[in-house]
Amino acid sequence: MTYLRLFWEFFKTGLFAVGGGMATVPFLKNIGLATGWYSQTDLMNMLAVSESTPGPIGINMATYVGFTVAGIPGAVIATIGEVTPSIIVILIVAAMLTKFRNSKYVENAFYGLRPASSGLIGAACAGVVLQVLLRVTSTAVPDSLFMRFSWDGTVSWMGLALAAVLLVLTNWVKLTKKWHPIVFIGLSAAVGVVFRFGGV
Amino acid sequence: MNEYLDLFGTFAKVGVMTFGGGYAMLPILQREVVEHKGWATEEELMDYFAIGQCTPGVIAVNTATFIGQKHRGWLGGIVATLGVVFPSLVIISILAGLITNFSHLAWVQNAFAGIQVCVCVLIFNAVLKLLKKSVVDKRTAAIFLIVMAGSLFLHISPVWFVVVSAVAGILLKNLEERAAK
Repeated sequence: MTYLRLFWEFFKTGLFAVGGGMATVPFLKNIGLATGWYSQTDLMNMLAVSESTPGPIGINMATYVGFTVAGIPGAVIATIGEVTPSIIVILIVAAMLTKFRNSKYVENAFYGLRPASSGLIGAACAGVVLQVLLRVTSTAVPDSLFMRFSWDGTVSWMGLALAAVLLVLTNWVKLTKKWHPIVFIGLSAAVGVVFRFGGV
Repeated sequence: MNEYLDLFGTFAKVGVMTFGGGYAMLPILQREVVEHKGWATEEELMDYFAIGQCTPGVIAVNTATFIGQKHRGWLGGIVATLGVVFPSLVIISILAGLITNFSHLAWVQNAFAGIQVCVCVLIFNAVLKLLKKSVVDKRTAAIFLIVMAGSLFLHISPVWFVVVSAVAGILLKNLEERAAK
């Protein structure tokens, strides 16, 4: 039953996440909330590993989440679930390539889809910033439409400082902004170990 | 049969060499698929890549399916896709197993706490990059803000935001054309 659910959840992710690997994050967050298979912190760790290993991020994420839920069979099923809609959609599009490219409807739909996809990733971003830096956790409330936010009264000052440095290095310093994300992930891991970011 | 093996092998190679997002894949595809194998022209590759970006799913998979089906029909599309995801399956399964075994260690927990801060910044940068391409006027800015607030504060599947905004895009553009006439 878990396998079937896993396939279905990732099938939906593959069908509705538009704009590459990062666009799958809000969907994965939603799967975690709805099923309780993994926490938001687990998801962030999976995202970090997916960015630091070979292979497309979206596929790495699907494999990792699937593995976390149900071992190697889970990894295979989640990945196949995520690529199945792609294969179907692309085979259809390929069959009517010129029609697709010149379609007004497709173009107009994407006019609305693109900012929505950015908005979903923006919300995922706000969620992780709240949780990691400001220690505000959001949880789904059963039978309610709204998320519940709770704050333990502390702020991660060291985290904020590291985030500020990384923001500058990845956006404004000419030498470092072309570096691959894995370099910054490695640096952050080292800083985390030296300054005991986990508090242990 | 050999043709399919060749497709699988070539795309597995592309999968291993793609480090990061779909955009990192383009130069590798150019070398392997256009220059070495001649399965598509440079122009075709650019077309596939552009369509791969705006159709649902992972860009790398969409592009692989496209090239595979052009070379060997629908079965070729499936084989190329299986090839591009194969290295991820192997590498991540091994790593995930290892990490699960070591996650109780203090330094591993501290390292991941540091990495989480980096993930915040990486996602933030991804949003900035996407904003430049997707928010082109006041209406797209409104869609962005509404979806972002809705997704943050409400417990609804992202599927609804995607479906409703696609319909909104078509309606808004239709209204605009009617107003122009």
